[in-house]
Amino acid sequence: MARAVSKRRKLIVTVLAWSIGLLIFFPILWTILTSFKSEGEAIELPPKFLFFAWTTENYAVVQERSNYLLFAMNSILLALGSTLFALVIAIPSAWAMAFAPGKRTKDLLMWMLSTKMMPPVGALIPLYLIFRDFGLLDTRGGIITVLMLLNLPIIIWMLYTYFKEIPGEILEASRMDGASLGKELLYVLTPMAIPGIASTLLLNIILAWNEAFWTLALTTKDAAPLTQFIASYSSPEGLFWAKLSAASTMAIAPILVLGWFAQKQLVRGLTFGAVK
Amino acid sequence: MATQQTRALGKLAVAPSVFALFVWMIVPLAMTIYFSFLRYNLLDPNIACSLMHPGQLFDAENRCLAGFSNYTYFLTDPAFFKAMGNSLILVGWVLGISVAGGTLLALLLDQAFYGRGFVRIMMIAPFLVMPTVSALVWKNMMMNPVSGFLAYLFKLVGLQPIDWFAHAPMTAVVIMVAWQWVPFATLILLTSLQSLDEEQKEAAEMDGTPPLSYFWYIVLPHLIRPMTVVILIETIFLLNVFAEIYVTGTGGRAGNLPFLVYQYGLISNDIGGASAGGIIAVILANIVAFFLMRMIGKNLEA
Amino acid sequence: MGTISLVKARKAFGDAIIIPGVDLDIKDGEFVVFVGPSGCGKSTLLRMIAGLEDLTSGSILIDGKNMTEEAPSKRGLSMVFQSYALYPHMSVRGNISFGLKMAGMPKDEIAAKVAKAAATLNLTEYLDRKPRQLSGGQRQRVAIGRAIVRNPEGFLFDEPLSNLDAALRVNMRLEIMQMHKDLGATMIYVTHDQVEAMTMADRIVVLNRGNIEQVGTPLELYNHPDSLFVAGFIGSPKMNLMDGAPAAPYKCATIGIRPEHLDISREAGTWPATIRLAEHLGADTFLHVDAGLCGMMTVRAEGEYEVASGAKIFLTPEPSRIHRFDKDGKAIRK
Ligand SMILES: Nc1ncnc2c1ncn2[C@@H]1O[C@H](COP(=O)(O)OP(=O)(O)O)[C@@H](O)[C@H]1O
Ligand SMILES: [Mg+2]
Repeated sequence: MARAVSKRRKLIVTVLAWSIGLLIFFPILWTILTSFKSEGEAIELPPKFLFFAWTTENYAVVQERSNYLLFAMNSILLALGSTLFALVIAIPSAWAMAFAPGKRTKDLLMWMLSTKMMPPVGALIPLYLIFRDFGLLDTRGGIITVLMLLNLPIIIWMLYTYFKEIPGEILEASRMDGASLGKELLYVLTPMAIPGIASTLLLNIILAWNEAFWTLALTTKDAAPLTQFIASYSSPEGLFWAKLSAASTMAIAPILVLGWFAQKQLVRGLTFGAVK
Repeated sequence: MATQQTRALGKLAVAPSVFALFVWMIVPLAMTIYFSFLRYNLLDPNIACSLMHPGQLFDAENRCLAGFSNYTYFLTDPAFFKAMGNSLILVGWVLGISVAGGTLLALLLDQAFYGRGFVRIMMIAPFLVMPTVSALVWKNMMMNPVSGFLAYLFKLVGLQPIDWFAHAPMTAVVIMVAWQWVPFATLILLTSLQSLDEEQKEAAEMDGTPPLSYFWYIVLPHLIRPMTVVILIETIFLLNVFAEIYVTGTGGRAGNLPFLVYQYGLISNDIGGASAGGIIAVILANIVAFFLMRMIGKNLEA
Repeated sequence: MGTISLVKARKAFGDAIIIPGVDLDIKDGEFVVFVGPSGCGKSTLLRMIAGLEDLTSGSILIDGKNMTEEAPSKRGLSMVFQSYALYPHMSVRGNISFGLKMAGMPKDEIAAKVAKAAATLNLTEYLDRKPRQLSGGQRQRVAIGRAIVRNPEGFLFDEPLSNLDAALRVNMRLEIMQMHKDLGATMIYVTHDQVEAMTMADRIVVLNRGNIEQVGTPLELYNHPDSLFVAGFIGSPKMNLMDGAPAAPYKCATIGIRPEHLDISREAGTWPATIRLAEHLGADTFLHVDAGLCGMMTVRAEGEYEVASGAKIFLTPEPSRIHRFDKDGKAIRK
């Protein structure tokens, strides 16, 4: 099985891989470090790596000034809400495509994916006006619906690929056992597809969390998630790097932590179910 | 494999998604098309009409019809060509960098070394960073010409630091966006590499296949499919890059098509013009999608 | 009760006609085996009866009631799938009780039924395990347990033993037959293995390309095959079939003689033959011989039959055991 690898070669690869890994990770690492510096030290040259006066003051200031918690709460609600909403309508669809396919199923799936090809700018103006006229601008319900629709094709696609791996006979067995469609989905398919659903859920939470076109265009304050919170730092006050870093760290930390703990699902999800 | 009953249920089960996506696709598109033929400014709906000749046509809401003038205006705006060029540069470079870089990194990570899991999560991390954060971090802490980290590195080796956003805004945006997407490509290609049959590797070793031929005849063909997946998915997202440009304020010189439309609409309030731009973006995206889908379709079927 | 009738049951997938039209009556409590080469439509036919596949035309009557359009769970039938199709995320208990739960049976009643089924199937100690923690034979029992607890009028088995090793297969075969005796329910059992068919069936239905070739008891099929196809399919080793010159004296296109119905002599007989290979099974010896005009033949000799390759022998068919077929492959009976 495993090939014998010379120790020397392994060491060289280790050094190389770690260097490149650190290089790629550096901007994030640097942001996290800067968030614990004073503003003075943040712009000091040559930069200090570990030996500076560590402080958490920036975090307190950022929270106080721009109410991080409100934005974070919105991010959580939007990401979770839109993903769960999409799952509820995607699971039956993916079930139908995987287990009761018709002649058109492949085309339908391709059409669904093609809606992702539609540039958002093509829909920006009308959606903005519709939102304005129906009082949906800056409401959570409105933006959740948009994010749901945005990620629905990807969710259906991913679930479809996962469902295809499940033997149809098991679902048929449940049908023989008298399960209705609802029960078949709830008690048999969904539990069996948990790993796939978890990956789908995770990836789409990330996509929704980081979505920065519609959230910037359609929210301002009440429903604004962390993308807006950060965008507000692009103004000159963003020049306070330590605070900018603290704000950035707070905006990305939840997803980084989530990704860390759910690495396996994440890796599986990131490949969109398209690569085994 | 299924009975009529299940197939009927199946139709019922896909109905909500199909309906939702259909509405999501058609309603805004129809409205955009309609607006693109109007002289319609949010601030003063009638301002442009007063300049119009007698016999001007109006719609039900008293907005005047503009014929194709929005299109001619948008298409002859030098900013349009600039934006389209920028879109292409951005997509082209980032795709190139992420497929080439992703392949190299995937090959590296596929080797045995200590701390693989940790290095992998470090490499994925940029993909998890929200675009607005990535934009601000790169603009300030990394690329600031005075106290940014890159400036420090340049000075360290005795070079003149570059004022990225003043002199090479497009390059700056490409670097930022590639930083986010190379990890994605790496991960997909790595996953695929790891699925390469261990016995195939061993057989090649037994045959004494030199590493380069091994890569060329065995690894690369295996990677074609995941590469098309990378290209498909990245193109979708890259054509629509917005936040990085919006937040770094590089829209003026490195603005792409989405940014230009945004500018027309929500900055100049020219709904007619923005809609025409939106439709043009849709048409261009469909052309790209057409070729992409054909290419992908071929590769995915196999 | 559990009678099952197919009336002109037909199935086509698009343009491909898999079952051109089948008429069949299965009596209550009968053990019927569908046998045929793989790909001949056995599973499809079984799934049509189960309601997992609908009919292109024709109808299915269960207990005399037309069930053609009825949902699978309303037909009073249980099915055991080839892959077992156990719910991987449920314990053995969960698997067995799922159907009862779906039927809304009270908890204590479910518990009692599951306990009883588990006891008969020797699964009691495994009730809390997941399917992946069980051996193949145990999974098979769970699948059967799941079918039993619903007290169906009829059981449908789709090659249930094909994933088991040989020894286990013999055991399970006996257990299923015992179960049939105890429950008295109608059973339809699909297999491509004619030995299984012969040993288990009350009646065998031989299928060929979606058509019924012959229906009958195992011995009827063995003694009086209606066609060349059945003659070749039933019996092991296969019947020797010869056409042309050897068949001419019998006034037919093809004759068939089973390996066990040939007398062997070292001195004289109807057909001279040369031994090519001898398979020694202990109780029997199968001789593969080259019988000149008759071609290659298989002969069964009782006990240990010592013979060298290349040796000459003579074969004589038992006259009453010769099967005659016309040029369409149909049996000719006096
Ligand atoms: N869903 C289907 N669509 C098209 N052809 C099918 C389908 N299911 C089975 N078939 C075809 O029907 C024939 C009979 O299949 P099956 O009933 O599974 O055979 P058996 O169980 O006897 O091996 C096969 O040729 C198979 O290819
Ligand atoms: Mg079969």
